Amino acid sequence: MAEPGVETVAQIIQRYSGDPDMLIPMMQDVQAECGYLPQAELKELSGKLAVPLARIYSVATFYASFRLMPKGDHTIQLCMGTVCFLKGADKIFQAIREEFSLVPGGTSPDRKFTFSPVNCVGACALAPVMVVDGEYHGQLTADSAVKLLRKTAEGDKPAEGDGKRNTKKRERRKRGDEEK
Amino acid sequence: MSTVLTRLPGPENLEELRRRSLAEQGLITHRVRVCLGTGCVAKGAAKVFERFRQAAEEFGEESLVVQTKCTGCHGFCERGPIVVVDPGDVFYPGVKEEDVPEIWRETAIGGRLVERLLYKNEETGKVATRCEEIPFYRAQQRIVLAYNGVLDPTRIEEYLAAGGYAALAKALTSMQPEEVLEEVSRSGLRGRGGGGFFTGRKWRSARNAPGRPKYVIANGDEGDPGAFMDRSLMEGAPHTVIEGMIIGGYAIGSSQGYLYVRNEYPLAVQHLTLAIGQARELGLLGENILGSGFDFDIRVNRGGGAFVCGESTALMASLEGRVGEPRAKYIHTVESGLHGKPSLLNNVETWANVPQIILKGADWFASFGTERSKGTKVFSLVGKVKNTGLVEVPMGMTLRQIIYDIGGGIRGDKAFKAVQTGGPSGGCIPAESLDEPVDFDRLTELGSMMGSGGMIVMDEDTCMVKMAKYFLQFLKDESCGKCTPCREGIAQMLHILEKIAKGEGQDGDVETLEDLGRLLEDTALCALGKTAAYPVLSTLGRFREEYEIHIREKRCPAKECPGLFRYQIDAEVCTGCRLCSKKCPVEAITGERKKPHAIDLDKCTNCGTCFDVCPFSAVIKV
Repeated sequence: MAEPGVETVAQIIQRYSGDPDMLIPMMQDVQAECGYLPQAELKELSGKLAVPLARIYSVATFYASFRLMPKGDHTIQLCMGTVCFLKGADKIFQAIREEFSLVPGGTSPDRKFTFSPVNCVGACALAPVMVVDGEYHGQLTADSAVKLLRKTAEGDKPAEGDGKRNTKKRERRKRGDEEK
Repeated sequence: MSTVLTRLPGPENLEELRRRSLAEQGLITHRVRVCLGTGCVAKGAAKVFERFRQAAEEFGEESLVVQTKCTGCHGFCERGPIVVVDPGDVFYPGVKEEDVPEIWRETAIGGRLVERLLYKNEETGKVATRCEEIPFYRAQQRIVLAYNGVLDPTRIEEYLAAGGYAALAKALTSMQPEEVLEEVSRSGLRGRGGGGFFTGRKWRSARNAPGRPKYVIANGDEGDPGAFMDRSLMEGAPHTVIEGMIIGGYAIGSSQGYLYVRNEYPLAVQHLTLAIGQARELGLLGENILGSGFDFDIRVNRGGGAFVCGESTALMASLEGRVGEPRAKYIHTVESGLHGKPSLLNNVETWANVPQIILKGADWFASFGTERSKGTKVFSLVGKVKNTGLVEVPMGMTLRQIIYDIGGGIRGDKAFKAVQTGGPSGGCIPAESLDEPVDFDRLTELGSMMGSGGMIVMDEDTCMVKMAKYFLQFLKDESCGKCTPCREGIAQMLHILEKIAKGEGQDGDVETLEDLGRLLEDTALCALGKTAAYPVLSTLGRFREEYEIHIREKRCPAKECPGLFRYQIDAEVCTGCRLCSKKCPVEAITGERKKPHAIDLDKCTNCGTCFDVCPFSAVIKV
C-alpha cells in the first residue's frame, strides 16, 4: 500500500465537498487508505477543514473502529489465562517482548507484529497457547515461540504446518512416554 | 438481463417499467434462489451460489430459461445455506457444494424432488417440500421481511415487479402530506427500535415543528449482541427502507435523509448504497420525484463502532462528525435534532413498514396485532433454542408459541429457564410468563421491554449471575463516559457481580446492586444508562435465590461460574480411555487404563478440559 501523500487527503476531502460534518467518513477513508490514522494526515484534515486537532483526536479515540497505531503484518494473541500462566506464558511474554520490542496492545517498530495479550482463548489443553493470524499454536516454550515468530516474520506461511506438526509430534512423544 | 435505468418522468412511466419488469420475469419459469445473507455465507452459500451460476451458464438449452439469483436472508439461519427452487417453491436447507449438481439436474431442470435433501421434521419425521410446511415458517406473518429470500436485493427491477415504489407513487400523486400522516397515525404503528413511541405522533411533531430544513433519519446502528433483524432487512430488502424514508420526507416536508448504518455491516452498506444509486437513476430520489415537484435525497453514513450511537441524540452527534455522546432530551429531536433542526428518526424496521401501510391502508395494517401494538415484529431468536433465526410474527403471539412452535423448543430438550428480550437493556422473563402475549405494553409490565427485537433463550444450565455480568460488561465497555452515574455506576455494579461470581460475595451486595440500579434508572443521561441495570434488576427480581446461593453457599446452581462447582468423574460411565488424563494440563487425573479415573481436587484448576474432551460424558459438574 502506498503512503498517502498530501494529495490523497485532499482527494478524500474533495469526495465529501469539504463538509466538516463528514469528518467521520473522511477519517474512515483515511484509515482504509493507510491502515490506521497517521498523525500527519489528521493534522492535514484539521488544517483543511478548520476543525481543531483535539476534536479529531477525540473522535479517533471514541470510536472503536479507529486505530492510531499502524497494524502489523501479523497479529499475535498470547493467552495469559490461568493454565497458560502456570505453564510459562509469562516467560514467553518476556521473551517475545524483548526479541521483537513489542508493547501490549501495540505494534512492533518494524510493523511486523501487532501484539495483544488476552485473558483466555479457551484452549487450555494446548497451554501455553499463542494465536498468530488466527492460527493456534500450542505447547510453546519461550524459545519455540520466538522461533515461530521469527519464521512468521521472515516469510509467508512458514508457521502454519510447522507449529501444528510440532504440537502433534510432541503429543505423540508425550503419549509414548506415558504408555511406556 | 439488466435493463438500463433511465429517469422516470411520471408515475405512469413507473407503471410502464413495472409491467416491463414483470413481463421479463414471467419469461423465467425455472429459478434457483440462493440465500446470500451473512449467516448463510458463513456456512458456504457463496460457493453454492457460484456452482449454480456455473451450472446455469453451461446449460445451453434455449427452450428453458433458468435463472440463478441471490436473495436476502430467509431467516432460518440455523439451517443455512438455504436454496429454494421454482417452480414448486422447493425448499432445501443446509445445501452443500456437492449437492448442487443433483439439485440442478433433478429439481431445477427435471422438476423432481431430491428427497434426501429436503427438510425433515425431527420430531414427527415428516418431510417438508415447501417452506410453508415447516413449523419454523408456518406461524410467521411476513410484512417487513416479505421480500427477504424472494427478491434479489441488488436489482431494483425485481422490487418494482413485486409492487415496489407503488406506495410512493400513490402518496405523491393522490395523497396530501397530511393524509399520509393521518394514514400512518391510524395504522397504530409504533417505533420498532426500542421505545415503542407512536410513529404517527412523532411524524406529526416533526411536521409541526418550526424551522427548516428538516431531516429524516433511519437508524440502522443495530448494536445489541445477538440481534440481526435490521442487518437482514437492510441486506435483503434495502428498497423498502428507502421507500419508507422518501414517504416520510414527503409527509413532514423534508428533502434530506440520512441512513446511519453500523460499520460492522459491510454488506448492508453495499446493498443500501447500490439501491440508493438505482433509485436516483430512476428519479425516485433526487429532484422532482416522478414529476411531483417533491425533492428528496438520502446519504449513507457508516457508524464508527460505538453501541451508544444507536441512541438518537448520540447518533445525530455522530452524523455531525462529533463524538457520539448523547444529550439530555428536554427538547425532543423532532424539534431540535441534527444541526438543531427538526429531525425525524425512526428505526429501519419502522421505515420498512411504511410503504405497506400506504399501499394497503391503515385498516389492513391494524388488523394484525393487539389493541395497542399493531402489525408484526421481527425477532432474532437465538440462544439455547433449536431453530435459531429471524422470525416475524404478529404482535400478541405468546412467548411459548414463538419459542416452542417456531423455535422448536429448547436445545437438547432441557428445561426452559428464561428469555431475555430487549437486548442488554432489557430484562429476563421467566417460565411462568411464557403464555404472556408479546407486545410493547405487556413486555414492559413484565419488567422487560420490546427493544429492537432480540430474544435470547436460556435453559436450566444458564447462570443468571453470569448472564447479568455479561451484559453489564458489555455496557461498561460501551458507556460513552459523559455522565457519572453510567460511567461509575455500571463499573461498580460489575465489580460487585464479579465478586459474587468468584464466590467472594458478601451479605448486603444484593441490596447495594439494587440501590445502584435504581440510582442509574433515575439519574443517567440517556437510555443506555437508564436501562443498564435492567438485566441485573430483573434477574434479581425473578432469580434472587440464585444470587443468594452464590453469596451464602459459594455455589453456582447452574454450574457455570468457575470455582463455584467442581468436576468429578462418574465411575460408572468412565471407560478408562485415558483421554482426560492425557489432556489434563495439571496432571490432576489419575487412574489405570480401562478402569475408572479420578480427579485430584487439590490439583484441579477447574479449567474444564476433561469435561470438554470426554467422549462418554463421564466428567460431571457437581
